[in-house]
Amino acid sequence: MNSNNTPSSSAGGPGSAAAAAAADSTTPPTTRNSKRPKYSRFTQQELPACKPILTPKWVISAFMLVTVIFIPIGVASLFASHDVVEIIDRYETDCIPEDSRKDKVAYIQSSGDKTCNRILNVTKHMKHPIYVYYQLDNYYQNHRRYVKSRSDQQLRDRDSENDTSACKPEDKTANGLPIVPCGLIAWSLFNDTYSFSRNNQNLSVNKHGISWKSDRDHKFGKDVFPKNFQNGTLIGGKHLNESIALSEQEDLIVWMRTAALPTFRKLYGKIEVDLVAGDVINVTLQNNYNTYSFNGKKKLVLSTTSWLGGKNDFLGIAYLTVGGLCFFLAMVFTIIYLVKPRRLGDPSYLSWNRNPGGH
Amino acid sequence: MKRCVYINDDDLSHDIYCDNRISNRKYTVWNFLPKNLWEQFSRFMNQYFLLIACLQLWSLITPVNPASTWGPLILIFAVSATKEAWDDYNRYLSDKKANEKEVWAVRHGVKKHIQAQDIHVGNMVWLRENDEVPCDLVLIGTSDPQGLCYVETAALDGETDLKTRVIPSACMGIDFDLLHKVKGLIECPEPDKDIRRFDANLRLFPPFLDNDVCPITIKNTLLQSCYLRNTEWACGVAVYTGNETKLGMTRGVPEPKLTAVDAMIDKLTGAIFVFQLVVVMVLGVAGNIWKDTEARKLWYVEYPTKGPWYELLVIPLRFELLCSIMIPISIKVSLDLVKGLYAKFIDWDNKMVDQETSTPAHAANTAISEDLGQVEYILTDKTGTLTENQMIFKRCCISGTFYGNEIGDALKDEDLVNAVATRSPDVIHFLTVMAICNTVVPIQRQNGTILYKAQSQDEEALVHAAAGLHMVFVKKNGNVLDINFNASVIQYEVLDTLEFTSDRKRMSVVVKDCQSGKLFLLSKGADEAILPCASTGQQTRTFSEAVEQYSQLGLRTLCLAWRELEEDEYQEWSLMFKEANSALVDRDWRIAEVCQRLEHHLQILGVAAIEDRLQDGVPETIETLRKAGINFWMLTGDKQNTAIQIALSCNFVSPEPKGQLLLINGKTGDEVRQSLERVLLTMRITSSEPKDVAFVIDGWALEIALKHHHKAFMELALLSKTAICCRVTPSQKAQLVELLKSCEYRTLAIGDGGNDVRMIQQAHIGVGISGREGLQAARAADYSIGKFRFLKRLILVHGRYSYNRTAFLSQYSFYKSLLICFIQIFFSLISGVSGTSLFNSVSLMAYNVFYTSVPVLVNVLDKDLSERTVMQHPQILFYCQAGRLLNPSTFAGWFGRSLFHAIVVFVICIHSYAFEKSEMEELSMVVLSGCIWLQAFVVALETNSFTILQHLAIWGNLVAFYVINWIVSALPSSGMYTIMFRLCRQPSYWITMFLIVVAGMGPVLALKYFRYTYRPSKINILRQAERLGGPILSLGNIEPQSRAFEKEVSPLSISQPKSRSPVYEPLLSDSPNAIRRSFGPGAPFDFFQSQSRLSSSYARNCKDN
Repeated sequence: MNSNNTPSSSAGGPGSAAAAAAADSTTPPTTRNSKRPKYSRFTQQELPACKPILTPKWVISAFMLVTVIFIPIGVASLFASHDVVEIIDRYETDCIPEDSRKDKVAYIQSSGDKTCNRILNVTKHMKHPIYVYYQLDNYYQNHRRYVKSRSDQQLRDRDSENDTSACKPEDKTANGLPIVPCGLIAWSLFNDTYSFSRNNQNLSVNKHGISWKSDRDHKFGKDVFPKNFQNGTLIGGKHLNESIALSEQEDLIVWMRTAALPTFRKLYGKIEVDLVAGDVINVTLQNNYNTYSFNGKKKLVLSTTSWLGGKNDFLGIAYLTVGGLCFFLAMVFTIIYLVKPRRLGDPSYLSWNRNPGGH
Repeated sequence: MKRCVYINDDDLSHDIYCDNRISNRKYTVWNFLPKNLWEQFSRFMNQYFLLIACLQLWSLITPVNPASTWGPLILIFAVSATKEAWDDYNRYLSDKKANEKEVWAVRHGVKKHIQAQDIHVGNMVWLRENDEVPCDLVLIGTSDPQGLCYVETAALDGETDLKTRVIPSACMGIDFDLLHKVKGLIECPEPDKDIRRFDANLRLFPPFLDNDVCPITIKNTLLQSCYLRNTEWACGVAVYTGNETKLGMTRGVPEPKLTAVDAMIDKLTGAIFVFQLVVVMVLGVAGNIWKDTEARKLWYVEYPTKGPWYELLVIPLRFELLCSIMIPISIKVSLDLVKGLYAKFIDWDNKMVDQETSTPAHAANTAISEDLGQVEYILTDKTGTLTENQMIFKRCCISGTFYGNEIGDALKDEDLVNAVATRSPDVIHFLTVMAICNTVVPIQRQNGTILYKAQSQDEEALVHAAAGLHMVFVKKNGNVLDINFNASVIQYEVLDTLEFTSDRKRMSVVVKDCQSGKLFLLSKGADEAILPCASTGQQTRTFSEAVEQYSQLGLRTLCLAWRELEEDEYQEWSLMFKEANSALVDRDWRIAEVCQRLEHHLQILGVAAIEDRLQDGVPETIETLRKAGINFWMLTGDKQNTAIQIALSCNFVSPEPKGQLLLINGKTGDEVRQSLERVLLTMRITSSEPKDVAFVIDGWALEIALKHHHKAFMELALLSKTAICCRVTPSQKAQLVELLKSCEYRTLAIGDGGNDVRMIQQAHIGVGISGREGLQAARAADYSIGKFRFLKRLILVHGRYSYNRTAFLSQYSFYKSLLICFIQIFFSLISGVSGTSLFNSVSLMAYNVFYTSVPVLVNVLDKDLSERTVMQHPQILFYCQAGRLLNPSTFAGWFGRSLFHAIVVFVICIHSYAFEKSEMEELSMVVLSGCIWLQAFVVALETNSFTILQHLAIWGNLVAFYVINWIVSALPSSGMYTIMFRLCRQPSYWITMFLIVVAGMGPVLALKYFRYTYRPSKINILRQAERLGGPILSLGNIEPQSRAFEKEVSPLSISQPKSRSPVYEPLLSDSPNAIRRSFGPGAPFDFFQSQSRLSSSYARNCKDN
């Protein structure tokens, strides 16, 4: 810094130095002022803020509020689940004749009639529509090799029928023709069939509209027809009628919506009449699908539905449990609060206000 | 190596050296991409991501579309590359401007206007007043008949005073018209970056005679970027050009500093990486086993009986890719962004603007704000940092008589005024030395006043004082000085200047009284540099006493002395001096040696005492920061007594009996050792009691201690919280920083002058005061502030907030990545350990890059405590210092939380979306929305203060998640067409979300509440107190009047809450507010623990040596 001097000035105090600086400054004052940061609440980190703290009152009421909301929802969910009537029939073992049960795989792979009759007893009134599902257990539709083995292009678009690179190993026939629909998923299409009768009267199963409309409209082409399907040496599952477009093959569309869990149900059809308690339903099923090599279970499920979907107690129980736990926590916190009240922000807890080392 | 510059010879030196094209650019258009990519890929994180991205190109193993990694990777690279490119472009523009500047230069014997970039070594360049020097020049001629010119070197070293430059003696008197025809040879060293040295020789060719070699020093040069002032014109020969100039050589990218937080994050990343490898191995082996035992039975999977040779590797690699998201790709970008913002907050801070000079604080290094919050040691310079560096002459002692003792100002002391009036010879001599033994340049201003341009504040003060006593230094006309004493003009001719160096600690001039022709040596300097040179007969005791007395008052002292020289003696010496001055090697040393031959048998005239006032707020700042657990070391070049006085007056050490000063001194190795051992012993004893002990050491003893008793000194450094090191050189300052760093302390060095630069660069954090000694320190520093008192705000507010915010941000980034990764792992357990990804590529990418990054970025506005509370309770900084908010145990908390949340989300989703609902795309979106909901509430729970921006980011992000997914769901071509619409129509979806939030957050909230209320950390207590506005707010005021009160209550709150042990206590913690229980209420600070830490780290450090 500079400082001016006159012979009379006794000492270059701050004043004279500042004056000298102002007079002698190389930077004009305007630029100096512009160096100053502009004031705004954001730049000064002074935006108005609310600082919630966890007071006992707040926390306890939050837990109580959760309790109050959760218990009714839990009860409602449980009721919804209980309203659903569900008939489950596990048939994969029973549908094999006693003498073939030693080697189920050989039986299922043999040709010949595999018709099987099952009897279902309706215990409760079931309102229509009654959904008919098949349930597979221990079936890994989510296996990486499986889930990737499809070609959405090919399914949608007639011109992309050669687009089968993702479909290995079911992409082409032995002589190199593209398979439509290609891939492991389509190839392993479920092929058990069910027909129902009540009192010797046929119960019709509506198989239309079981798949997602968006799939029919956008994912599966109206002009794409099965080709070279199930022509190889290994037959996976169901054959497809080559004269019906893929968008009409609803069983395929349903099957192609792969399940994320190894236990899953897929819609087979809908029964559009009510079933009355005491009804006996005869099911004639063709037991074609091989789940025996990997000990998979097959189940036939008839179920009604509620606002929450099918029969599933999980949500109801979980809601009641969580609600109960929250109530418990709220109570515990209340009791602790009442028994051992603790002043928030008590400065005596700030130990640096004390003398360390007992001095 | 020497460089030979042929003056004005276009043929000889044309191609050997580079032209004057300045280039600060890192890249060119062509090498930008490869070079930038290479730089980016030299970082481990980037290499890792590149490897992952490349592996993903192999479709057999990739679980998701490669775009999910390539996208973010390319984005990140593009962002950093764009930033680099933009910076480089700006550098290019400024280079271009400098390069294309027009200058006058001699080409083929003719003066021409050329562009600055076309100057070659050996060219002669003409400058006019106020021109910028385009390259390093050796002066050949100036408009001044004495060959003088003045330059302003502010751009080079930040010093705003004018410096005198003079043409080499050989060029004296060359006619103006002949100047551009001068031919000659300059031998100079290879370019280096020392802006204070230039040791070269000049030999002019005939007809300019003088076959003598003429020495050239830095005084004969004009360096690039200086400005020519007060001189009509000057011309010189270019010796260094382009990037080889002194300035160009000093440029360069400083080593990037790594903060403790960064190091911790790297460590945690490494740990996660190891964890990831373990997971991959386990899952890989499990996957292969499952494949061989189970998957072969699944006919619908059609596993080939025999696969390729790499078959065993496929599943582990798939899992590696699946788990690669464990290390969040977004963390680097997020951290860079928020760090940039922290730095901006510092720049913007209105409360750190120096009102006097309107200097705002500036963060030059944007990457190390967190370290500010973790500072443990502050090493501070004294002069200019703690003090104003505005010197005022206050007292003096002239031949035994003390002036100014009664009224505190010698200039107003009537005795002195009378002594001047009666022309007492000693006093006159004293004043003469004051007035002319210096390098001050007086400048006459239009209004008749005189402006002194001085390099040293001391000299300025002395000249002013002399002027006040009617000994006015009026004019400097070349070597002739005009002194106006009581209206009569006395002229002196300066024959030689024996310059001040920090080693010599004195400066002298040889002058000739123009009237009598007598020669005098006038000296001034530190007492220990001058008093030993006193003539044998003179008693120096009174002067030593005076020095003692003055320095106890905290004044700076200078001893003034003189001697009359014999003509012969001077002539003889002058030759030696000339020779030493032209030495090319060891010039400094040789000059010092020659100077010594003249500076003896001095007659001591007296002692001048100069006051340097403390800056505003220094004691308060130091007290607050010491309360915050920061230890201070004062490193000063000043005398011991002065340093101690200043230390006492600014709360550095408490006065007796609370404080105790332990002196380490001695001249020989043995003395120092004994002294050191004694001090160490006392230290060990007193360290268990809360006594304020500081050791004092001077530069000489320090030198010995560091060299021979390193271990003992190290232990001392570990034990002592305060130290005063006086008489230390710049390199010793840096050594001390190094010493503390080797003890694994976070150090902050603060200083204002060129002598602090090394220490500033050495320390973890360098803070420069943009003060009176120029901007040199501020330029080298990571942060520059206007006044010392802003350090308090810089550390307690900015440092602390930055640390807290980064601690949360980094751990949260890991939390969210781990959350989604755990879910993938769980899913693989129910998908045949085959490595299927539950999420689709778009969701994965968006999750990491967008959904979870935006809300957390707004966390940079979070404040756990208000600034006021922090200032009132600086002890709270301890949580940052000890790394309480980011360490393996808090990280374990976050790790546990992500595991817990992953389980909650996964279990709830697969149960509520079981059976007929278990469609892959739907389940994936349900799980993803579960994660998004949870993370919104986690951020909300961990946010301490909600501003409007936080609300916008947290809840807006949640809305954005739905909007984006609705848009994607509306595209028929996308895989998740209609999915989100279907889900949002299902009551079970919303019920599931609600369940996930409550089940995930309930326990976290309960735990947090419990700890908050029943095991509160100091931060929690202060937050509560702040909210309630309780008595605590009025208690800890750091106003001066209540300070006394506080001192009473807690005499030694400074005694360091340092109970940090190397082993982190395991914590239930899952929040950044987590604290250690041992520090809970009622537990006094544990001194034993702190001792054990000290001794353990001491042992560790000793091993290292």
